[in-house]
Amino acid sequence: MKCRKCGETAVINMRQHKLALCGEHYLEWLPEQVQRFIEKYDMFTRADKILVAVSGGKDSLGLWDILNRLGYQADGLYIGLGIDGGFGYSDQSHAFAEQFATSRGLKLHVVEVEQTYGATIPELAVISNRGHGKPCSVCGLNKRYIMNRVAHDGGYNVLATGHNLDDEAAVLFQNTLTWAGGYLVRQAPVLLASRPGLARKVKPLCRVYEREMAAYAIVRGIDYVYDECPHAIGSTTIGHKEVLNQMEEKRPGAKLQFYLSFLQAKDEGLFSVKASEPDLHACERCGQPTSAPGDCSFCRLWDKVRTVKGLPQRLPAKINLIGSLQAAGQPALTDAND
Amino acid sequence: MPVKLVYRGKEHDANPGSTIRDAVRKIGLPPETVLAVVDGKLLTDDTVLREGMQVKLVAVISGGAA
Repeated sequence: MKCRKCGETAVINMRQHKLALCGEHYLEWLPEQVQRFIEKYDMFTRADKILVAVSGGKDSLGLWDILNRLGYQADGLYIGLGIDGGFGYSDQSHAFAEQFATSRGLKLHVVEVEQTYGATIPELAVISNRGHGKPCSVCGLNKRYIMNRVAHDGGYNVLATGHNLDDEAAVLFQNTLTWAGGYLVRQAPVLLASRPGLARKVKPLCRVYEREMAAYAIVRGIDYVYDECPHAIGSTTIGHKEVLNQMEEKRPGAKLQFYLSFLQAKDEGLFSVKASEPDLHACERCGQPTSAPGDCSFCRLWDKVRTVKGLPQRLPAKINLIGSLQAAGQPALTDAND
Repeated sequence: MPVKLVYRGKEHDANPGSTIRDAVRKIGLPPETVLAVVDGKLLTDDTVLREGMQVKLVAVISGGAA
């Protein structure tokens, strides 16, 4: 198969776009697409300070690479969750994120959950008895909290994640199967900072196929963690992705159409925002926005776990402080490159 | 010499002369979920397998973050 632009041997054939490209033209084409989505959804400009959540995987590292190639001010945040899975999953992921940042001279902030708060994510799930034996629920809660905290404390006004089209389509599929109105209303390429303390969350890869991101990482020579999170194996999300890929196999473009039709239906008023919008206020303990009365879910979760572990109730005010990300009364954050 | 497809550390035999896409289907994988790499280079799935080729199939689906 030949590259449509130059006639050289193609490295990728994107049936959904009826487009085959060689390595050189693919590395030009994908960032152009991402730039188009950034502008279309009014995500950010080159004046914004962006924090990219990096996991050591193809999507987040690919996104960080693309944003830097496009000339945006983007620093990284790696959150060490303490997941082992028999092969040091978090350690491997951390190493890939560090290697990526170091080799490109980029700034990476690192927060180790266990060092900062007193337990790994799997331990937290067991002690808190949340998630029916799976740590995914507490993992998500912790990641959202820490990402928002670091963005806020570090003066970043935009938080970018590497969610790709397959991630978005799988979540949409799940929420449609259960008609989860509140989640459907909030699913979007951009979540605006609706109150002080919340960073604007953006997903620049929301229209990029997972396959395209893997190809980008390979052609670009980005080393990333190939292994699946051990807790994600057999997950509902992966099951939904498999179903959607079967549909894609029969009808190229099916995933993209599913997602784009949803966004269009939302724009046309299919869902009522007012009926589902949570009322947010500041957590009485940490000040982060929350819809829960009194303390936020994060503070309540760690209260319980720190009690069981015999640690002081109050979350530590100073842990591994390096750099300028410490906020008054808040746990400090380790900045790997400071 | 047979063609080898390597997916998640496991080797599968494939027939020379078939395309990567057909060979991937034959071992029960949806072609959308993998990328084919030979000697570090990405190949499109219409590439015809030649004798002695060793093709690494890279899974593209992920569901977690470290």
